[in-house]
Parts: sequence; structure tokens; C-alpha cells
Amino acid sequence: MAKAQNASQKKFGKGRASMIEIRMHGRGGQGAVIAAKILASAIFKEGKFAQSFPSFGVERRGAPVLAFTRVDDSPIRLRTAIYEPDHIIVLDPTLIRQTKVFSGLKRGGTVLVNTSTPASQFDFPEEYFGAVVDAADIAVNHGLGTKSIPIVNTAILGAFAKFTGLVGIEAVVEAIEEGVPVKREENAAAAMDAYESLNVTAEEMAHTAVSGD
Amino acid sequence: MGMKGKNGTSAEAAGLLHPSTDKVVVIEGTHSASYAVKLARVQVVAAYPITPQTGVVEKLSDIVSAGDLDAKFIKVESEHSAMACCIGASMTGARAFTATSSQGLALMHELLHWAAGSRLPIVMVNVNRAMAPPWSIYVDHNDSLSQRDTGWLQFYAESNQEVMDTVLQAYKIAEMVSLPVMINLDAFVLSHTSEPVAIPKQQVVNEFLPPRSAPFKLDIHNPRAFGALIGPEAYMEMRYKLDAAMEDARAAIRDVDTEYGKLFGRSYGGLVEEYRTDEAEIVLVTSATAVSIARIAVDELRSLGFPVGLAKVRAFRPFPVDEIRMLGQRIGKIGVLDRNFSFGASGIIYQETKAALYNALVRPKLFGFVAGLGGRDITPETIKEIFSYMMNHDGPELEAVWVGLKTHKVNEAQNTFADSAEGQQK
Repeated sequence: MAKAQNASQKKFGKGRASMIEIRMHGRGGQGAVIAAKILASAIFKEGKFAQSFPSFGVERRGAPVLAFTRVDDSPIRLRTAIYEPDHIIVLDPTLIRQTKVFSGLKRGGTVLVNTSTPASQFDFPEEYFGAVVDAADIAVNHGLGTKSIPIVNTAILGAFAKFTGLVGIEAVVEAIEEGVPVKREENAAAAMDAYESLNVTAEEMAHTAVSGD
Repeated sequence: MGMKGKNGTSAEAAGLLHPSTDKVVVIEGTHSASYAVKLARVQVVAAYPITPQTGVVEKLSDIVSAGDLDAKFIKVESEHSAMACCIGASMTGARAFTATSSQGLALMHELLHWAAGSRLPIVMVNVNRAMAPPWSIYVDHNDSLSQRDTGWLQFYAESNQEVMDTVLQAYKIAEMVSLPVMINLDAFVLSHTSEPVAIPKQQVVNEFLPPRSAPFKLDIHNPRAFGALIGPEAYMEMRYKLDAAMEDARAAIRDVDTEYGKLFGRSYGGLVEEYRTDEAEIVLVTSATAVSIARIAVDELRSLGFPVGLAKVRAFRPFPVDEIRMLGQRIGKIGVLDRNFSFGASGIIYQETKAALYNALVRPKLFGFVAGLGGRDITPETIKEIFSYMMNHDGPELEAVWVGLKTHKVNEAQNTFADSAEGQQK
């Protein structure tokens, strides 16, 4: 896998190997596993191959949970754990203090966090591209869960599509409509809202980083 | 899920978009098995849930309750009862299915003999999970390989697509030779991993797999006795016939796989699939998802000029003796990677490979490797380490080389026992 030499030269998109790996951090019951699967379905709809899997083991409500999606142009034969992801999605910001969410993340990788804290106040390590989205607020506005337990897994996929450009929002919306058991329209609308609410992409941030040197 | 957008290109290249394909869906391995059972028009499903098999039965329960499969779904209190139900159902001429894993399979043991001895074409999916204790829910193959001598055919799948295709093939093979078939898939690595799977059209499956026609069955209009006591004058002949059926299964597996390939565009090499063995000098024999990983390592080593190849043991019972001997005639060094272990001996596929080669005229150097027990990750690096070992050794020095073993942990454990023994003496 291609690696930039240092933080100021961190690349996004171009120059990478064709396989892209995504790790999602959530809590048991937040729907990280379903989100990883919906993401795989959306990516497959666009003509790439995709694989998704949970952190192997037993899940408990509220406990930290990992879910993974792997993307490639050709059928995916790799069936190992994901050790060095390209993208990280964090469904619950309190996990950042509790678990090593940046562990193994490739230099120039992206981190997308569901939080109400503005990005400017968020302390992302310099070698990554970070963004925030208030997916909880968006979810609750669409009747997905409650303020104390919002269901953010579909909203954050919309933001992920915008931030990384890895998958189109149309495919995400279609995969959500097929992949969620209830409230299909609400989930799809939440993803669309999150997509529109994010006004920054990793590619733009990469451009800014290069021209700023 | 439809096949819109551009995915025709890549999915077609991967053999998913065949005229026989109804749709391509991103699903986990357990559900791939469930949809295959639906397509096979199974009439009786009896199962008891156990992680990581649960998805197979949950999805089937949904399918049956939605009226999408006209089957009797029997909830039971144990795996022993699940197999008993399948045996009863199969004796009436019905197509029966169950699924289990690990300890559940072990509990079925008595009835596995009963199903095979009764010559019933039951199909079972076993999600390979390590045996306890210590408790584990992760993959290895000791559960199914412990059932080696029960008279069941055994297949090991490498992908979720192969799970689907092998379940469909299994019913056809089982009903041809009147023996039960077990299809194994790796816990989590397939069971809980979602990937694209082509679901065939029902009409094409019907063509491939007509309704079961049982030569003998429980029928109140034509009474017969089953499972009676039999004396020494005939028992041995019945065992001989069971083995003859297992021998017939070799041709059945090859023919059915070929026919499946013609109808559905996918086939798997019969009992063994060779991968890049042309002009290979060192070949690794392995099974299940380790094959998928090994393909990556073989491609990488080949691109660097190393003459390595791979042979996938898809059918473990009947054991592919001829295929292994053919390989042994051409290849100087063969390694076997086992995700299992027979204590006091070695890896089980290694033993069987060695046994197959003993009476061959030409015998290669044979190495045994053990890796991935209890869900330990098998990575391309693991495979490269194994090839590297074979390149650097003229012949085997041990019956089993344990790969990726944390030896310091083993030593710590030994020290712990030593300490506690010391403590007791005080």
C-alpha cells in the first residue's frame, strides 16, 4: 500500500493500491454492523467488489463494537482481519477516549466522527483528514431513536459518502432502503441530510494541505 | 437488491452475472446457505441454534414463516433431536436439512452414524467452530473432522458463493449415492462475512435438481421395516455397500460439479482444485478459507519467480486419493496446512495425504503445518512463512510445524503449572 512520506505530503485517493479498508467504531446496538453491510451493498451497486464483517465474537449492548468494509476492483480473496484501515468512522465520540480508534490508520487516511462538537474544536492527529457530523441530531430529526439513544448508523453513511467520495449518495440511499428493517424512508432521508450538511471533503482538504505548503 | 449501475462489468467478470443468475446480493455465509436450502425446495428443516450457525436457521425460519418455502420447520430441544427429525423426515422420502456447529455437531455424533447407515440423503451445514474447552466460538476444523468416520460426505467451502453452490450440488450428490452430506464453512470468516453472491433462478435449479425420488421409504400403503437388528451374516455386506456408495460418490461429485458448471457457469474442480501448479516445485494443500488467503500468497510468490502452487481439498470425504497421487507424481515437495489437530499424531489432512501417497510409486517430500486454530488469523504472511520453510528444508523434520505459535506464552503456561505444583508441595 502506498504511504506518503510525512504528514504534509499525505495523499488522498490517488496513488493508493486498489483495495480500500474501512473500520467502523460503535457500541453494541448502534447498528455499526448493519452500516458496514449497507456500505458494502452500496459499493457493490456501483460496480466494485465489497466485503463486510463484524469484529468476530460476541456482542453486548453498549460495549465497543467494530465493523469492517473492504472494497476492491476485483473479487476480494483477502479474508483476514483489517489491521491498517484507510478510513475510520466513529459512531460514538466517547469511544475516542475509551478505545484506540486511530490504531493502524494509514497516513493520509480519513476519520469521520459523529459528534456535536465543531470540527475546529476537535483534536484530529495531523497525519489524518478528520471531519465531524452531528449524525445524532440528524437522526433524531428524522425520528430515528431518541435524543439519549439516537440511531446514527444510516446518517453517518451519507456523511461518509460526501467526505470520502468512495461511494455515491444515490447508491447509499438505495442500499439503505433495501438494507434497513424499518423506517426506510426516514433512514434514507437522514443519510441524504447528513450528506448535504457536510461542507468539506477529504479531497478538498488534501488540496488545501498541498497548496498550503 | 438489483444489479444497476456499472456493476455488470466486475460482477460479470467474476462469473456472478450468468444467464442462470436471478440476482446478485451482498449476504453473509449463513444466509447463502439458507437461500440455497430454499432453492433446493427442502421439505423439512429441524435445527437447534448455536453460534455461529444461528443465521442459517433464523433466515430459514423467516423464509418458511413468510410462505416462501413450503417446508415443515421443526423446533427441537437439542442437536441430537434435530438430526433425529431429519432422519425420520428423510425416511419418508422428504428432502431434509439441518445446520449446526462445534459442540452441537458433537452432540449429534450418534445420529450421524444412524443417518449414514440408513443411507439417507440428508444435507447439513456445519459452521466450523473450535471445540471447547477452553470455550471458543472461532474457526477451526476439529469439530467436523472428528466426525470423519461416520459415513458422511464432507465439503469445505472457500467463499459464500461456494456455500450456495455446494448446498445445491450436495442434494443432487446425496440423492444419487444415498448418503448424507456435510457442507462446512469457516466460523465468522464466512458465516458472518457479507460478500456478493449470485442467487440462481429457481427454474434452472429445478432443472438441475428434480424432486427427490426415494428408492425405499416409510409409506403406510407399502409397509417396510427400517433399522432392524441384523446378524453377523449381513452386517458386513451393508458396511461394504456403504463404502461402495462412498466410492461412487467420487464420480458423482465430479459429474455434478461439471453439470453445475454448464448450467450455472461456476464449478470447483470436483474433489480438488489445483491453482498455479503448472511448473510448480512446491505445492501447498489446504482447505476452506485458508485457500482464498493462500491464492494471494501464491500469486505474490509467483510474481517474484518462486515455483509455488496450491491444491484445494474441497471434498475431504471421500478423500481425494487419486487427485493427491497425481499431484505427488509431479511435485517434489508438498506441504499440508491443517486448521485442526489430532492429538498424539498430527494435522488430519496431512495424515490422510500421507496415507494416500504411501502406496504411490513416486512419493514427494511431505511437510505438515498447523495454523489458525481457534480463529487465529491465517494471513498471506502465514502462507509465505510456510512456503519459506519448505524452500529452506530438504525434507520434513517434524510431523507438524505449528505456525505462528507464541512460544513464550506456552513457556509461561508451563511455568505457571510448575509454580502451582511447587506451591502445593509447600
